[in-house]
Amino acid sequence: MTERTEPLVELRDVKVHFPIKSGLLVDRTVGYVYAVDGVSLSINAGETYGLVGESGCGKSTLGRGLLRLVEPTDGEIVFDGIDVRSLKGESLRRARRRMQMIFQDPLSSLDPRQSVESLLIEGLKAHGLADDKAATGKRLRETLEAVGLPASALRKYPHEFSGGQRQRIGIARALVLNPELIVADEPVSALDVSIQAQVLNLLEDLQNERGLTYLIIAHDLAVVRHIADTVGVMYLGGLVEEASSDDLYREPMHPYTRALMSAVPVPDPLVEDRRERILLAGDLPSPTNPPAGCRFHTRCPWAQPTRCADERPALRDVLGGHRVACHYAEEIAAGRIRPHEVEPELVRPDDGGAPGDTGELIPTP
Amino acid sequence: MSLLDVRDLSVVFQRRGERPFTAVDKVSFSVEPGQTVGLVGESGCGKSVTSLAIMGLLPQRGNKVTGEVLFEGANLLELRPDDMRDRRGRDIGMIFQDPLSSLNPVIPIGVQVAEVLERHQGMDRRKALREARQLLDAVGIPDPERRLKEYPHQISGGMRQRALIAIALACKPRLLIADEPTTALDVTIQAQILTLLKQLVDETGTALIMITHDLGVVAGLCDTVNVLYGGKVVERAARHELFARPRHPYTHGLLNSVPRLDSVRGERLHAIRGSVADNIPWTEGCAFAPRCNYVVDACLEGAPPLEPTATGGDLRCNNPVPVEVTVP
Repeated sequence: MTERTEPLVELRDVKVHFPIKSGLLVDRTVGYVYAVDGVSLSINAGETYGLVGESGCGKSTLGRGLLRLVEPTDGEIVFDGIDVRSLKGESLRRARRRMQMIFQDPLSSLDPRQSVESLLIEGLKAHGLADDKAATGKRLRETLEAVGLPASALRKYPHEFSGGQRQRIGIARALVLNPELIVADEPVSALDVSIQAQVLNLLEDLQNERGLTYLIIAHDLAVVRHIADTVGVMYLGGLVEEASSDDLYREPMHPYTRALMSAVPVPDPLVEDRRERILLAGDLPSPTNPPAGCRFHTRCPWAQPTRCADERPALRDVLGGHRVACHYAEEIAAGRIRPHEVEPELVRPDDGGAPGDTGELIPTP
Repeated sequence: MSLLDVRDLSVVFQRRGERPFTAVDKVSFSVEPGQTVGLVGESGCGKSVTSLAIMGLLPQRGNKVTGEVLFEGANLLELRPDDMRDRRGRDIGMIFQDPLSSLNPVIPIGVQVAEVLERHQGMDRRKALREARQLLDAVGIPDPERRLKEYPHQISGGMRQRALIAIALACKPRLLIADEPTTALDVTIQAQILTLLKQLVDETGTALIMITHDLGVVAGLCDTVNVLYGGKVVERAARHELFARPRHPYTHGLLNSVPRLDSVRGERLHAIRGSVADNIPWTEGCAFAPRCNYVVDACLEGAPPLEPTATGGDLRCNNPVPVEVTVP
């Protein structure tokens, strides 16, 4: 890994809220989905930042917001000194060459009717980099070689490849523009375990060769631990903990991170038999109506009366770069607060969406 | 006598104008009462098709199932469809991967649980609903009274999977088949469901067949593990034995290729090269041979037999990983 340098990307209090519309003729906004609600983080050049969290925590939206694939509602995004949110039209388009994305499902993110050559060349043309035919051909072949595909792949179509190879094409498409930042949204979760390792190794090799900066978004903590230098844990639209990968896994400080890590099954019966699980009660609350105070207090086994429910904890530096958003992180780490039972609260998938439409339909069996 | 004895089970899919495809190739394993058995493998290894064949849920046409599935001595494959329907849900319960698509979206949860009790235990609707309420309570669904009247889309994914478990266990079956029951769920919810399954299996003495691709899930749950590759069992061992000393190069490779939460960081993953597309047919040799680091000439001369090992397991390999080479 490279030395710590200037941050390439800085997010300050980024928010992405999606309005919920209702009404037939007039669009009335009846509420918001608070997908990302105030996230600040910075990614150093040449490093890998891993973003973990469960589905619905806003990690993908944050990644898309960073590239402005969805429009952030508020906050500041600085990429290499440029204020990304103020960019418009042509300048935004040009900036995007430098930040590329790899998607989760390679089959649905690659046009089935485009050959690999046309898929790769499309981005080059869009940025006026495909003028010299010979040079372009060379560039395509080099990119394919870098991701471990033969040059003969150029004339083939996505369906002719296996899942792992398709993901390599997705990586090649991002890589061909020579970007500085790659946002990878669940790059290996659609792949079989034996193939996951190949793709993870490839991502690491490419970073070492080209000094790429990654933002890796994944739900699999083991994958993120393996590849990331810094890890951020998200819960309900906010960052609850951030630390270097080793620190975070050695000493998770936020109750949610602790529960998350204790829930990951380890392929070793000796570990599995010994370990104590912190089972969280209930489900993730709806992001349309997040709990007041600490977002996690409704499920937290360490929650303390009133303060956790009243005051949203800020992400604060606890010890040398380990940032935690918990009022009682030190007390919990020292064992001064004991975990207690939590009653699961009811969570509905459509909470707050359209009021008064649940539970009212009496069945006629 | 074993509770379930699967002998030489094969499933061949046939389509007109296409070459027949053998999804499951002479798979044999047995399940003792109260035991938890794992079927592990990657997509396409035949683990789900095996479970569907046991339950008699494969489509009527387009496939050929051979072999024997002996449940308490009776061959399920020879039962008439009506008799099989009597057993399904009563003797053998099943949980599927995606709870949303395995629940009926237009029928309230309560009725879907009660249905099983009415069908198999002859309860009337009122009594069955009362029983259903208790079942939902037992699987940890809060406020079960209200849940009874709700539809699948109104509850979360974890709750849906709990409802599915309640349905599968309603008639106290002696065998439960769980096909990737936690794959669609988040890790914290997965931990809840696995804990629940373990607890219910302990309490009721139900035998469990756990089908999964996740070696971590198997490590915490199964007594015996069958590793499938290309439709065949390639290794079978007791849980501790398999993880401590994986002998088949495929098992060994799988365990080495997964990043682990408790491993040293920065180490390179040992990927298995190639993909399942490189497999050769078992008639020509070991299907895994093209991807195997331990391949020898004998591997390309027909399928190696499944032979008992010194430690009480079974192994299908000409040149197994030496015992000294353990998983880091």
